[in-house]
Amino acid sequence: MTLTAAEVAEILRLVEGSAFDELSLELDGLKLNFKRSADGTNNIEQRDNASAPAMPAPAPAAAAAPAARRVAAAAAGPNLLDVRSPMLGIFYRAPKPGEPPYVAVGAAVEENTIVGIIEVMKLMNTVRAGVRGTVAEIPAVDGALVEYDEVLLRIRKPD
Amino acid sequence: MSIRRILIANRGEIAARILRTCRELHIETVLAVSMADRLSVPAALADRTVCIGPARASESYLNAAAIVQAALGTHADAIHPGYGFLSERPALAQLCEAHGLVFIGPTAAQIEAVADKVRARSAAQHAGVPVAAGATVVSVEAAILAAREIGTPLLVKAIGGGGGRGMKRVDRLEDLPAALELAAAEAEAAFGDARVFLERFIPRARHVEVQIFGDGTGNVVHMGERDCSVQRRYQKLLEESPAPGLSDDCRRQLHAAAIRFAQRLSYRGAGTVEFLVDQQRDVFYFIEMNARIQVEHPVTEAVTGLDLIAEQIAIAGGAGLSFAQSDIQSHGCAVECRVNAEDPANNFAPSPGVTREAVWPNGEGIRVDTHIASGSSVPPFYDSLLGKIIAHGPDRKAALQRLRSAIAAVRIVGVRTNLSLHAMMLADPEFQVGGVDTGYVERLLERDPKFNETRKNG
Repeated sequence: MTLTAAEVAEILRLVEGSAFDELSLELDGLKLNFKRSADGTNNIEQRDNASAPAMPAPAPAAAAAPAARRVAAAAAGPNLLDVRSPMLGIFYRAPKPGEPPYVAVGAAVEENTIVGIIEVMKLMNTVRAGVRGTVAEIPAVDGALVEYDEVLLRIRKPD
Repeated sequence: MSIRRILIANRGEIAARILRTCRELHIETVLAVSMADRLSVPAALADRTVCIGPARASESYLNAAAIVQAALGTHADAIHPGYGFLSERPALAQLCEAHGLVFIGPTAAQIEAVADKVRARSAAQHAGVPVAAGATVVSVEAAILAAREIGTPLLVKAIGGGGGRGMKRVDRLEDLPAALELAAAEAEAAFGDARVFLERFIPRARHVEVQIFGDGTGNVVHMGERDCSVQRRYQKLLEESPAPGLSDDCRRQLHAAAIRFAQRLSYRGAGTVEFLVDQQRDVFYFIEMNARIQVEHPVTEAVTGLDLIAEQIAIAGGAGLSFAQSDIQSHGCAVECRVNAEDPANNFAPSPGVTREAVWPNGEGIRVDTHIASGSSVPPFYDSLLGKIIAHGPDRKAALQRLRSAIAAVRIVGVRTNLSLHAMMLADPEFQVGGVDTGYVERLLERDPKFNETRKNG
C-alpha cells in the first residue's frame, strides 16, 4: 500500500505535536521513516516493502494514531514514569484555546500539578501529574482523541 | 445518509459478527474495547480499536459518554450497539440523536416504550395482542387481592428488565409478600428499578419469538419465528426455526400479532417479539419485545438467506426495507447451540480462563459465530458465551444430525464448556421429537445423575 500526501501530512502532524525526534512506521507493505534534524527540518523516507504479505489494509487515518502510539510506548526509559489517561476523551494541554499550556517539556511538577484536561461529552476532567519530577515528554497531541490508559506525559523522577 | 464508518460498542462474538458484515459492505470499523479485550480476535479484525475504559463493564461497555466520545473522536457516522450492554438503554440512543450520530437500532422513545414491561403489555393489548392475566403492584395488600383474581401459580416480574432477574414464581398466595420483597430487591439491584408486576404463570409453555423489521414509518415485515424453549434458568441454550409442531394457524397468528405490535410503535430496525405458547390450549401470550439484534439471529439468517446486520445498517442509513413480506421465504430448518464457558460438573458455574486450544467445526450447512481462537482470553468480567454453532439442513432431522456431528468436532482446551449438555440433548428422544417446553432442560438435568450430583448444592 502507499500513503497519500494528505495521510503522510496527518502522520507528520501527529509526530510534530509529540516530543519525538524520530518515527519509524511499518504498515503492511510499507515503511515510513521520519527524523527531525537538529536544525528543525524534517526528513521523510517512504518506501514500499514488496516482500511484505498482502493483507487487507486498515483505513489509513485509523492506522496512523495507534502506530504512533506504539512508538511512544517503546520509548519509556527506566527513570521515566508514564502519566496515563484516566478516561477516553479529547486531550487539551491548555485550560482554554490560545492560552499557554499547563506544562511544557522541562517543567517541574508536583503530584497535584494539573498537566492537562480530558473532555468527555463537554465535561472537562483535569489530569494531575500524580508524581513529582520534570516533564520529559508529552506524547499526547493537544486536541486529539486519547484512549483510556494512553500515555499522556512522561515525567522524569528526581535523582 | 450513507454510513461509511461504524463504531461497534460491543465485544465477543457479536462484535466479530458485525465486523464481518461491515467488511462485506466496505464500511470502515472502529471497535470500542475495554482493557480486557485489547488483544481479542475482534480487536484484530477491526480497522481500528479504541480503548474506552477498564475491564469492568460499568466503566467501559456501559459508559455511554465514553462510547459516544469515541465515535465522535474517530469520526464514525454510526454506532452499532450489538446486544446486551447499552443496546436497550435509551441513554445511548438519546446521546447519538443529540450528537448527530446514527444509532443502529430503534429510536430512544421506542426503546423506552418496550423497556417498561407494563407499558409494553398495555401496548400489546391496544394492538390486539393477547397478554396473560396480570396486574401492576402498588401495595402488598392490593397485590394479594389482584393475585386472588389472577390465580396461582403466578409470577412476580420486574417492570424494568428481563432475563429472569427479579422474577419469582409463587405457588401459594401466602408466599406472595415474601416473593414481592425478594423480586423487588433483585430488580433494584439488576436494573435500578424496584417496580414489579404480577402475571399468571403458564405451565408447560413454549417460548416462541418472531423476528421483525420495521422501516420506522409503519412498514413492518416478519422473518418467521424461532423456538427458544430450551432454557436453563431463563437463559436460552438452543434455538431453532421454524418452531416444530406448531399448527399453521397458530404460526400465522404469531407472525401477525408481532407485526401488529411493531406497527403500533412505528418500529424502526430489528426487533423480536417474544411469546409464550400454551400448547394444551393452543393459545399464546405476549411476553416482551427485544429492541435489538438477538444472539440467536443466525437461525433466521440460515433459513431466510438474509443478512440481518446488513438490513439493520441499511435501515439506520435511511434506505428503508429492501424487501416486501412476499420476498421472504424460509427454507429448511436451522438449529443453533450456544457454547458457553461453564462447568456442567459444577452447576454450570462460569469457567473463565484462556483457551489454549480452540478448534471449531465446519462442513455442509455449518456456521460458527465466535470470537474465540487458540490462545484467546475468556475474561471473568463478561458473559460466558464462547460461540454459536448453527446447523442448517433441508429438514429438522438433517439439521440436528449436522449439529450433532459439528458438536463432536469441537475441541476447546483451557476452559470448561457446556457442550456435553448439548450432546445429551441432541441424543434425547424427547428433544428429537421437538416442541419441548421451557421446563425441559431442568427435567433433563434431574434425570441425569452426572449433572444432578452437584447442582443441588448450587
